[in-house]
Amino acid sequence: MITFWIAVLGLAILLYVLLDGFDLGVGILFGFARGEDHRRAMMSAVEPVWDGNETWLVVAGVVLWGAFPVVYATLFAAFYLPLLLMLAGLILRGVSFEFRGKALRGRWVWDVGFSGGSLVATFMQGLMVGALVEGLPISHGEYTGGDFGWLSPFALLCGAGLCLGYALLGACWLVRKSDGAVQANAFRLIPMLSLASLGVLVIVFVFALSENLQVLARWLERPYLFVFPFIGIVAGIVLAMSVRRRREQEPFYMVTATFAAAFGTFALSFWPYMIPFSITVEAAAAPHSSLAFMFWGEGLFVLPLMLVYTAISYGVFRGKVGADTDSY
Amino acid sequence: MHFTALLLSRLQFAFTISFHIIFPSFTIGLGAWLTILGALHLATGRPTYRVVFDFWLKIFGVAFGLGVVTGIVMAFQFGSNWSALARLSGPVQGPLLSYETFTAFFLEASFFGILMFGRNRVTPGFYLFSTAMVALGTTLSAYWIMVNNSWMQVPTGYVIADGTFVPNDWPRILFNPVVWVRFPHMLLASYLTGAFCVAATGAWYMLRRQFNAEARVMLNMGLYLAAIVMPVQLLFGHLVGDYVHDYQPVKFAAIEGRWHDEQPAGEVLFALPDENAETNHAQLKVPVLGSLIGSMSLDSKEVGLTDFPVQDRPPVAIPFFSFRIMVGCGLLMLLLAWVGTYLSRGRRLERSRALLWLTFCSFPLPFIAILTGWFTAEVGRQPWTVYGVLRTAHALTPILTTRAACISLVVFCLVYALIGSFGVLFIYRLLRAGPGQLVPAPASATARRPMSVAEASP
Repeated sequence: MITFWIAVLGLAILLYVLLDGFDLGVGILFGFARGEDHRRAMMSAVEPVWDGNETWLVVAGVVLWGAFPVVYATLFAAFYLPLLLMLAGLILRGVSFEFRGKALRGRWVWDVGFSGGSLVATFMQGLMVGALVEGLPISHGEYTGGDFGWLSPFALLCGAGLCLGYALLGACWLVRKSDGAVQANAFRLIPMLSLASLGVLVIVFVFALSENLQVLARWLERPYLFVFPFIGIVAGIVLAMSVRRRREQEPFYMVTATFAAAFGTFALSFWPYMIPFSITVEAAAAPHSSLAFMFWGEGLFVLPLMLVYTAISYGVFRGKVGADTDSY
Repeated sequence: MHFTALLLSRLQFAFTISFHIIFPSFTIGLGAWLTILGALHLATGRPTYRVVFDFWLKIFGVAFGLGVVTGIVMAFQFGSNWSALARLSGPVQGPLLSYETFTAFFLEASFFGILMFGRNRVTPGFYLFSTAMVALGTTLSAYWIMVNNSWMQVPTGYVIADGTFVPNDWPRILFNPVVWVRFPHMLLASYLTGAFCVAATGAWYMLRRQFNAEARVMLNMGLYLAAIVMPVQLLFGHLVGDYVHDYQPVKFAAIEGRWHDEQPAGEVLFALPDENAETNHAQLKVPVLGSLIGSMSLDSKEVGLTDFPVQDRPPVAIPFFSFRIMVGCGLLMLLLAWVGTYLSRGRRLERSRALLWLTFCSFPLPFIAILTGWFTAEVGRQPWTVYGVLRTAHALTPILTTRAACISLVVFCLVYALIGSFGVLFIYRLLRAGPGQLVPAPASATARRPMSVAEASP
């Protein structure tokens, strides 16, 4: 049961990062777009699916609460202010989808809300992951770092790195979903964004290895784990080739694979810790009766259904936007 | 008043959840109404239904968006501000809320995209199905929230082990009789919200002599629906009162403004409760009615607040007044719905400008009733978060500083004020612009040529 729910949690976080990653990334790039046509095209590329994407964040949150209440309580209390800013960012960008088209003179407010909100939310997510990798001060199962205990140069670097990474996902999504000048711009951005985010990723990984002997030992003990970084590298190479050939579909899938590989690398580095080196999966898990209740309903039946809905919604909105999008 | 992290967190929770509940209750009602309209349009092919549908869909979109973004906050707030509660009751409440996300949010989010942007990409039948799925999603969401909240009101089906609440009887939690009066009560309140907003909009257009055909559909359907639902709602309201009477006697006494045991008990219609003196001022009281309402008898003994230690009593004024405001709104809505429906035969209603004005002005009533109803339930549960088991003061995040709680409350107030005021402005603009003439082609042609809708839309 515990294994099942940690897997679901991992899946939800990974899907969230990949799916909301690209629409947050489009939001970040939106801030640099010139002209109403470009902005309109970028927004409609994510408009029908962003809500579903963001729901994976809620899934991760509630699975964490239901299956690993100790981690939910500890982390969310520790990250009080970053979470607040992330939520404020998500709120502002979320309403911008509805509000932007309805505003008359005040459209710029929601342009700023959309790109600024996306940027802040992404930055805070990266920052929290960074602080977690670096290690939170925790004693007797309670966070002791104070209001700003999560703040460090490394966490800030991770925040910036995730902004680059999401922007990269967003650019690849735009390559798939748009055409003309918007697509050309997106193509131009991919090499720069991918090199920059790769750089941050390597720094983060080397840092994790050097700071934590436990992590280093794990990698030396089990060299087969290097298959994950290897997948990432292969995907990076294919990405470079596909961008050079101006292929529309491959870049997105390659960046997705890189993200998944990076996710796997970090998850395995810290296994079995959920909060590195203080709370393990086993210690955080809810009682069996809670996990079983979740498993026999939502885990076994509803989760596959959720994946079907997601597939249906992406199926309905497949293809390029613009040609036949009905914006009301 | 001394601002502690506890008080600030309570204010923040009350503010964010009150702001949030406005939108789901509106979209639950509107979703059900859109499904009815969609089905009517598909069955009859009458273009007016389609025009009204498209019009309300836009408003649904704005309200739904606000509901979604303010709802995400709730999923995090239990951990950030109430981590002691999250830790203790996580094994019970976490699975319930995860069921909400799994069964409801995905249904809503996926099919909402199709509803808003996919009309020309799917068949009319599938479009109607999508509408129904969104409505079903909002309803399921309400169910899980009511199960969750009802467990906090009347905790059941658990044991305390290793310092946490360990569920040992899920069917008792899910099919708690308390859930099955409170969930319909909330659902019907949402339907009334939808019905009154629609009827009020219809009345507004009638007064302005605009969009006559659409206005008639809105006014009549809205009032008919309300006329049927309102008496059922009063019945369920009474049943909710019964559960409070049986399970939370101290809350019941606070709502009734009853300080001392009485036999037979009177019913206080109005008073100014005084907590220090433990008495009421300016009291208007009907003898025996209190026993009748509480126990359906003429001579039952009803308990008073002074039976309970002071530290176990809720604040009296808020439940006392908010309950009376809720009931008042309900009775006004009943009167309006019945008189309006009666007069709508033979179109007498349309000629009575006074009644149209009243209907137009009635749209805040269901919202006020929902908010005051929740104030009654939640403030009346104090000083407990999980009734009788976990005090609110002990549910707070132990490491939360007053500074952090203050920052978050200010940020939420600012952000919500921004999105709330613009949301209301945009909904007002949509309402003022009124339904467009979106459908030049008859419904049968639309079915064969799905693209015709997109061609016609701006």
